[in-house]
Amino acid sequence: MSEKKAAPWLRIYAVLAYAYIYLPILILIVFSFNSQKLNVRWEGFTLRWYGELLRDQEVLLAARNSIVVAVVSTLVATVIGTMAALALQRYRFPGYTLAESTLYIPVIIPEVVMGIALLAFFAQAGFQLGLGTISLAHIAFNIPFVTLVVRARLHGFDKAIEEAAMDLGANEITTFRRVTLPTILPGVMAGALLAFTLSLDDYVITYFTAGPGSTTLPLRVFSMVRFAVTPEVNALSTLWVLTIFILLGIGQLAQRRQARTF
Amino acid sequence: MKTINYLVILAVLTLMLVACSGGGAKSTELNLYGWSEYVPQALLDGFTQETGIKVNYDTYSSNEELLAKLQAGASGYDVIIPSDYTVAILIKQGLLEEIDLKQIPNFENVVAELKDPYFDPGNKYSVPYQWGTVGLVVDTDKVSRPITKWADLWDPAFKGRVVLLDDEREVLGMVLLTLGYDKNSTDPAQLEEAKAKMLELMPSVRLFDSDSPKTALLSGEVWLGHTWNGEAAIAHSENPAIDYICPEEGCGIWYDNLAVPKGAPHKDAALAFLNYVLKPEASLLITKEFPYSTPNQAALDLLKTQDPAAYEAYMGYAATNPPLDAIQNGKPVLDVGEATTLWDRIWTEVKGGE
Amino acid sequence: MASNRSKSFTKSLRENPKLQGLALISPTMLYLLVFMLVPLLLVVILSFLSRGPYGNVVYALNLQNYVRLGDSLYLRILWYSLATATLTTLASLLIGYPLAYYIARAPAKQRSFLLFLILVPFWTNFIIRIYAWIMILRTEGLLNTTLLNLGLIKAPLDILYTPMAVFIGMVYEFLPFMVLPLFTSLEKIEFIQLEAAADLGAQPWRAFLRVTLPLSVPGMIAGSILVFIPAMGMFVVPDLMGGAKTVLVGNLIRNQFLTARDWPFGAAASMVLLIGTLIVTLLYARRAGLGEEVLV
Repeated sequence: MSEKKAAPWLRIYAVLAYAYIYLPILILIVFSFNSQKLNVRWEGFTLRWYGELLRDQEVLLAARNSIVVAVVSTLVATVIGTMAALALQRYRFPGYTLAESTLYIPVIIPEVVMGIALLAFFAQAGFQLGLGTISLAHIAFNIPFVTLVVRARLHGFDKAIEEAAMDLGANEITTFRRVTLPTILPGVMAGALLAFTLSLDDYVITYFTAGPGSTTLPLRVFSMVRFAVTPEVNALSTLWVLTIFILLGIGQLAQRRQARTF
Repeated sequence: MKTINYLVILAVLTLMLVACSGGGAKSTELNLYGWSEYVPQALLDGFTQETGIKVNYDTYSSNEELLAKLQAGASGYDVIIPSDYTVAILIKQGLLEEIDLKQIPNFENVVAELKDPYFDPGNKYSVPYQWGTVGLVVDTDKVSRPITKWADLWDPAFKGRVVLLDDEREVLGMVLLTLGYDKNSTDPAQLEEAKAKMLELMPSVRLFDSDSPKTALLSGEVWLGHTWNGEAAIAHSENPAIDYICPEEGCGIWYDNLAVPKGAPHKDAALAFLNYVLKPEASLLITKEFPYSTPNQAALDLLKTQDPAAYEAYMGYAATNPPLDAIQNGKPVLDVGEATTLWDRIWTEVKGGE
Repeated sequence: MASNRSKSFTKSLRENPKLQGLALISPTMLYLLVFMLVPLLLVVILSFLSRGPYGNVVYALNLQNYVRLGDSLYLRILWYSLATATLTTLASLLIGYPLAYYIARAPAKQRSFLLFLILVPFWTNFIIRIYAWIMILRTEGLLNTTLLNLGLIKAPLDILYTPMAVFIGMVYEFLPFMVLPLFTSLEKIEFIQLEAAADLGAQPWRAFLRVTLPLSVPGMIAGSILVFIPAMGMFVVPDLMGGAKTVLVGNLIRNQFLTARDWPFGAAASMVLLIGTLIVTLLYARRAGLGEEVLV
């Protein structure tokens, strides 16, 4: 890859773009310290909402539920979706068009419809509504997103390297692990990230497929927000973002350490 | 085969989640499904302390969402908090359990006028929770002229400064009232007139918001509008210049109730909960936290002795205690049956722009 | 013997590309068959039924819902949704492309971090982000207060509850969906070669137009699909930031399932949306070559 630095206008553009993306986040962090509960105007600085948040059992439970569902659905969807992407980009088989169309359906179908249809299906099939049904629903809409992103990555992939590896004696699995996978890994990771994000933030489908006691964060937040976007709600998001950044930081440090030991 | 291991673990995890979610079949739990910000935590804790039953409180944000979910076959909830017309619809669809009032002795505490309501004759399926009105709210700092009628909203001086509820029944109903018609009319000609009148109002509407109209008022985006009494009360406590008025043509009136969906897994716990909520102390907790109107006479009597100042405030403020003629003139939303699709079409035409 | 049978199975798998393809696609197909197609079948059947007087479903097959959809009111709603979705897609493409390019060309170590940086805000709650925008854009909000204090404007800008606010919000919400696929496409390009060409006298802009841009087309397609399709059904942003003064396809369908309790009509509208978008998407994707490389 190029070692040249990007043109100055491009760097300025990137800064502006990130500013656009982070501006609302900044606002919500600032307003997590507002002493006015209705959070309409800035009244004064206080930390009390963070305290209330950490004592709010419902929110903590919802956060845990959201993470569990997001992790499970992302893992399953990424594996299945990557396989599907490989299938669609490299092979022709009977039922190709049907497969491709089926993959687009969860993306196109309006969430209300998907939610109600799944609920009716679960009810008829006798599934108990809960974290399991939510996960099953999330996997269904995550798979197409992963597939699409990985397909974009696979486009133009030169099979010559794979063939060379196989000529040298590697079997399919090894070839996949050591040649194909590293190359498509950015696409797979990007797809997984997208799936995780979608799952964490889903409201409508989750609403319909959730059962008693299986509230996720979006459901909880949505209902809290009906009163007002209280500073407590903002505090939740702030902590969330902070946690991610800390984890990222740790990840970066770990990567650098690893690089140095080589 | 490492990959296979991972896949197996995943499959097991998923199955575990599905299985785990099937809990709650013990009689020491209650699954409450209600509006958010509507049941005080203190009440739930008190209930758990008294009965040992743990309460799971899940939420929905509209009667319609509740209906859709129950209609599609969702089960597992023990107590729900539907509004008046929703109770009527649920009864017609056979989605509610009958409740035995003999097991709810505290039902005696309910104000006489609210017993035996039109939407649930004999209280066979529900008991009252809270009630309230829908009226005009005005920021008197920004609006100097007196506001007394729904029709006042059409004043061109308020262009772009009005907030309305995002509720086709309340809004179109209000328009019908200004035309002198019934709020729940099913006459297509009358509805067409209402549509035309509504379109005249559209330039004044800054936004439709059923969730939190008070925010737009408090932030100065709008000067006046159409809102629930509780929202107005909260806004008033932040900004005393904000007033609540029951308009001449008739303010809306609504009743929220506790009911038990058919097939509730913990019916005994549900009835115990209904009984507990009707205790004066419990009812009072609700009114203190959520400033709508209480149906519990015993609670009001208790408040009078416990905290006379608060009692006076409650009785004296139109938002919490509407004058008698306002109540008698109150216009509830009634289920319009087959005309529901006609109403929806008119609403779509209004918003879709003609 | 078991091992012999498994050996011949893997042999036939190895030699038959069609089997390989089927094997790879089968987990997805099985999963979606159960959890997508079966519920979808329920919706299809529902679209041919009718609404009962209490909002329940009457089991009598008919085409009434589809006939009703031909009305100009609904066509207008569809058109408006189409326009909104197209504008959002174009805008996110224009805004997202330079950003994706920047990240793709950043030093390898920084790339995943930069990507994460884009996504982290989207791990906060959707509603809260939108409300934060409302705080920024409203009459006494951050934007107006800042501009007024700086003396750049004399009166507050009327942005909130207008189409402009909706536009800002929509592009904001869909940006990652465009940037991520674009990035995966751009990242593959050998920029060293491009720079070599530039050193040899080729103008950088020409290199971009004739090499980079065409190579990034799969990413552009994938991104466009991932933005356009959800944007067609999106109504929360127009409701919250536009003041709920419009009816888009998403609102229409949602209303049928909630307030109007006319599930059959809502199902029919969903089917029309589904099939229409599916056709457009497949045509678009195929033309742009997303499905072109196949092992015969």
